[in-house]
Amino acid sequence: MAQFTLPKNSTINKSAGRKFPAPAGAKKVQTFKVYRWDPDTGENPRMDQYDLDMSACGPMVLDALIKIKNEIDPTLTFRRSCREGICGSCAMNIDGTNTLACIKGCDEVNGEVAIYPLPHMPVVKDLVPDMTHFYAQLASIEPWLKTDSPAPTRERLQSEEDRAKLDGLYECILCACCSTSCPSYWWNGDRYLGPAVLLQAYRYIIDSRDEATGERLDQLEDPFKLYRCHTIMNCTKTCPKGLNPAKAIAETKKMLVERRT
Amino acid sequence: MNTSKSPATNRPLSPFMIGPYYRPQLTSMLSITHRATGVGLSAGMLFLACWLVAIASGPEAYAKFAVHVTAWYGQLILLGFSWSLLYHLCNGIRHLFWDIGKGLDISTAYKSGYAVVVVSGLLTVAAWALAYLR
Repeated sequence: MAQFTLPKNSTINKSAGRKFPAPAGAKKVQTFKVYRWDPDTGENPRMDQYDLDMSACGPMVLDALIKIKNEIDPTLTFRRSCREGICGSCAMNIDGTNTLACIKGCDEVNGEVAIYPLPHMPVVKDLVPDMTHFYAQLASIEPWLKTDSPAPTRERLQSEEDRAKLDGLYECILCACCSTSCPSYWWNGDRYLGPAVLLQAYRYIIDSRDEATGERLDQLEDPFKLYRCHTIMNCTKTCPKGLNPAKAIAETKKMLVERRT
Repeated sequence: MNTSKSPATNRPLSPFMIGPYYRPQLTSMLSITHRATGVGLSAGMLFLACWLVAIASGPEAYAKFAVHVTAWYGQLILLGFSWSLLYHLCNGIRHLFWDIGKGLDISTAYKSGYAVVVVSGLLTVAAWALAYLR
């Protein structure tokens, strides 16, 4: 059942937020309001406010978070690795949309920058969501090439046209920005696979080297796994890599219809 | 699931609601409007059925019904019903294009989205102009 409010333990305690003012003489101040939840105290989440001197900070939201952690508040917890939009670790809800902190410029946000973990996920700590279920769903579509034919003596070749079908799919970094922007995934995420995993499923369905297309389509022919997609298109709108999960899902639905005739 | 008394069982759910936490966008707004007008149309069908029953029950029954339909609130409901119908129709056509895999890139989806808002508004005005100016 669709859930429209946060459970009791998840509501944000507005009065508990701490404030860290900018250092005296700061030239260009920008405010960052960051979601905090500490598993050790078990208290409700709060929003801490950090006023940063942007003249002494890198340009991206990730730079700001690292500055906070290094110089102001070492307890702030978030995932990051590559800092160039290729690992997908720093996916979070920044200024009301999901994106990667490392490729979102602080100057892209007018004024205050509100930062939350990816929406509708269990929080491990601060900006770190629990991705266990998401990864289990990815594993369920068996994201690898499956073949029945005997292994050839060399690589399985692919025509340029067939290879081109993977463009816009193989680039997915599995950051989960799209899935966690999807209202259907918020409300049916237990059974609906969500845009990221469905894009991966399609990536193997249309790969000319994969021989399990029928099986893969059978697996998706389910009222929840695939058909909870109502083409809302929040996924495509938010993808930090500019990919189009909505299109991949639509193509999968088309294949399911076409194979019946 | 972890059912022990560890803090993990008390993990909060991250904020998600459209509005305070997730930015309302044309994508989600038109989708929720499509759903809402669909629900509205189901209720409207009941309204339409009442109307037909009133007509079938003779002039007296119809007169009783007509009092409400022609009153301001009845007209308001009719306006909502007609716009719901036209919006649902226009956006339904947009969905048909999506179903054949067309217009799914964001720029086209935004153009078609704005078109649905404008065209459904214009059609509603046209329908009411036709009804009132004839």
